[in-house]
Amino acid sequence: MYRRITDPKGGMVAIHFEGQRLQVPANETVAAAILAATPGYTRTTVVSGDKRAPYCMMGTCFECSMEIDGVQNRQACMTTVADGMIVKRQMGKREMPE
Amino acid sequence: METSDVIVVGGGLFGPATAYGLRQQGLDTVVLDDGDDVLRAARGNFGLVWVQSKGMGMHRYHAWSRESAHLYANFAAELKEGSGADIAHRNDGGMHLLLGEDEREQRRREMDMMRQQAGVDAFECEIIEREEVEKMLPGVRLGDDVVGASFSKHDGDVNPLKLLRAINGSFQHMGGRYRSDCRVENIRHDGSAFIAETKNGSFTAPKIVLACGHGITKLAPMVGLDTPIVPQRGQILVTERAEPVLAMALSSVRQTDEGTVQIGNTEEEVDFNDGTTLDAGQAMARRAVTIFPQLAGLRLIRTWGCIRVLTPDKCAIYDESEQYPGAYVATSHSGVTLAAVNARRTAKWIATGETPPGFEEFSAKRFKTEGSHVPAHH
Amino acid sequence: MSESIDLAVIGAGPAGLAAATTASEHGLSVVLFDEQPAPGGQIFRNIEGVDRATMGDTLGEDYLKGGTIAEAFRKSSADYRPSATVWRVDPDGSLAWTDGTTARILKARRIIAATGAIERPVPIPGWTLSGVMAAGAAQILMKTASMVPDGPTVIAGNGPLLYLVANQLFKAGAEIAAILETTRFRDYLAAIPHAPAALRANEYLSKGARMMQHLRNKGFRIQSAVSNIRATGDGTLQKVIYTANTTEIEVKANTLLLHQGVIPNVQITRQVNANHEWYAPQRYWRPVTDEWGTTSVETLAIAGDGAGILGAEAAEVAGHLAALETVKRLGKIDEIDRDVQAGPLLREHNRLASIRPLLDKLYHPSAEILVPPDETTVCRCEEVTAGDIRQCVAEGATGPNQLKAYTRCGMGPCQGRMCGLTVSEVIADARDKPVEEIGYYRLRPPIKPVTLGELAAMEDT
Repeated sequence: MYRRITDPKGGMVAIHFEGQRLQVPANETVAAAILAATPGYTRTTVVSGDKRAPYCMMGTCFECSMEIDGVQNRQACMTTVADGMIVKRQMGKREMPE
Repeated sequence: METSDVIVVGGGLFGPATAYGLRQQGLDTVVLDDGDDVLRAARGNFGLVWVQSKGMGMHRYHAWSRESAHLYANFAAELKEGSGADIAHRNDGGMHLLLGEDEREQRRREMDMMRQQAGVDAFECEIIEREEVEKMLPGVRLGDDVVGASFSKHDGDVNPLKLLRAINGSFQHMGGRYRSDCRVENIRHDGSAFIAETKNGSFTAPKIVLACGHGITKLAPMVGLDTPIVPQRGQILVTERAEPVLAMALSSVRQTDEGTVQIGNTEEEVDFNDGTTLDAGQAMARRAVTIFPQLAGLRLIRTWGCIRVLTPDKCAIYDESEQYPGAYVATSHSGVTLAAVNARRTAKWIATGETPPGFEEFSAKRFKTEGSHVPAHH
Repeated sequence: MSESIDLAVIGAGPAGLAAATTASEHGLSVVLFDEQPAPGGQIFRNIEGVDRATMGDTLGEDYLKGGTIAEAFRKSSADYRPSATVWRVDPDGSLAWTDGTTARILKARRIIAATGAIERPVPIPGWTLSGVMAAGAAQILMKTASMVPDGPTVIAGNGPLLYLVANQLFKAGAEIAAILETTRFRDYLAAIPHAPAALRANEYLSKGARMMQHLRNKGFRIQSAVSNIRATGDGTLQKVIYTANTTEIEVKANTLLLHQGVIPNVQITRQVNANHEWYAPQRYWRPVTDEWGTTSVETLAIAGDGAGILGAEAAEVAGHLAALETVKRLGKIDEIDRDVQAGPLLREHNRLASIRPLLDKLYHPSAEILVPPDETTVCRCEEVTAGDIRQCVAEGATGPNQLKAYTRCGMGPCQGRMCGLTVSEVIADARDKPVEEIGYYRLRPPIKPVTLGELAAMEDT
């Protein structure tokens, strides 16, 4: 959906997203990394299972809610990537925590 | 001026449930409701159809609540037909979880008192051990401090908000008239009928029912009724939605059919301040994660404060005015639990005069002791 | 024991940075909270980290100027707490915040909320499709990640940001398939009576005109008076459909960027129950404030767009003003001293505010997004449509709070940021009453979600 137009400065990290291993710039938000990685969506809705993707990129719309490192419903646009991070789509209602 | 057979003042739970029943009795019924951002205790409800702890000091009220719980399944089915809405009524019993020995002891004492006051009538609620609680809640881990619970097969719950819409919707579906933005400012009697005046018109009927929560304080004296109610704040926490795992109605931490977990509650004397406080939120959160440690990872989405409509003994008041026959008052803080019995029995009482057994016990006269007069506010 | 300080500032945009800098220069103990990991707010997002060599020309001078405000703040003695979310504010000046792991309480003698603006939500049919975003989101991606949309991009709406973003995307190499303006000729006519004030702020308007001309010179058709914009696609955006000159036109697109102006972020002021007023020319609610930004809650001041949309330059000035008033209230300077320092700032603020009536008339949000058609999702979180809202009004719901009880509209995590204004407008339209009478959601803490575990573990109040 989005593409990077400059070579990233400041190093790269590897994150895992739905079975893919992605190399992303170290200071990017998870939402940006996902937008650059695949066309598609960050979550499905709790009522009807509709596919949603980031809308505002500034923490107000909550469409970027994802499971990040095992914690569900985190705002991906407010989270910086880290090496080894595991990112999954938030599919509807979350599970009860362990 | 709009005419009807009966005017019901109040669009929360008591009003619409009673109005629904009145409509079923064939009465042309108008519900008068206030505006959008007023106290509205009905919106802050927890969704419990609760029997086990009701009516301490007044067995009649316990039996009344129990009767309502028995009528609920049928009521829910009717609401579904009338409004299309499923109120997610669950009637598999309910538990009040107990943390530590002191709580268990106190609960045991309370239940002994309730059993005693029930006399020949059954009081069905027992203390169960932790292992039994675990069996009833298989989807979730119990905190170490949970020693057991008081369980009653009569208890259950509904979706608190769906109920509001379903009752109002069914009422209107049957031809009931709902008028919002019509706060009643004055009631008078012209010799043959009551006239309720609002800023958006006047309404007249030979019968009028005050079911408007704290609005009763101002209106009751206008129809010769003395109805002592006081405000009491209750705060609750509501979490994000999660896959439903709490399989039963629970008194202070429960999960709705939509997956949100509701955590309650407080009982505060703060007049009509319906805000929330950090320390109450903390206390409720602490208790919730002590009961179910898994909840710690859930996100709190909202906190609510609501002003309960509390009678001096926490039991319902139903009265007909002696000075102005045809004027009634119906109130308690348990609008959810009593919705079914209000739709059936209360409505019948207002429509036909048929008084359920022992109903006179619900009169506010019980608060008057020889010569003295219990004031409306503490 | 919870922390105690003189002044808590919430928000690291131009207003917050200016307020924190000025207040600490006058000797107050200041903590600045911000959700982002670096200063700048949204308008100057990533100003310290942006790749100036490659993105500087694209993003433009106005953006790059933000660096000075951030620099001045860094030099100040204010305690900066990035990646921190304030989730509750109380009238006694205490606030609850979290760093994502631990929730804490801070007691301030005064609070300046500089939480700025958010984009007006643009509810059109299909706006929830993946690929439809706020125009500001594309800007954020340029600033923070040097990214542009891949494939054909449509930019639609109205407001100065539309041309700015279109220019920036064009310079960055995005494929712009169409630029659609919902403004109509009669809006330009309505703006004319305010022309004398416009002469005072000439630079602002000529900049906008230059950007439009620049785009036209590059061969972009800016389609004006566009209506009935819809996003369609199967699970993701594939086409944008709109009407221009009574003709329906379809454009293939991967990305649709929507913009209908910005509105004050009122989450904090509403949560604390400060008084608000309806600003009809731009159809938004704003807190009632005096010239120092003080709300009806004495301990809380608002600086910047959160008090009403006046732009970044005015926000910076407002930040200084709110700080001076705070410094005076906390006894460090007297009224005369405050007025001496504030004089030029107040004049500058008035000057910057004077172009607003013209801009507000010119860039009026389009009627059909204020009151969208039935099939449009209004509450994105709970998936409540405009038709659902109208149905509730037919059942007797008089306002947003009864609507909330009937449908859960507004009960999701965003707590009305995406739906609040639309809900008030749709109800007002359905009931044929002014929006002021309909009101707004009653907002409750937490302003942003916080876990039960954090709340339970927080130290006692």
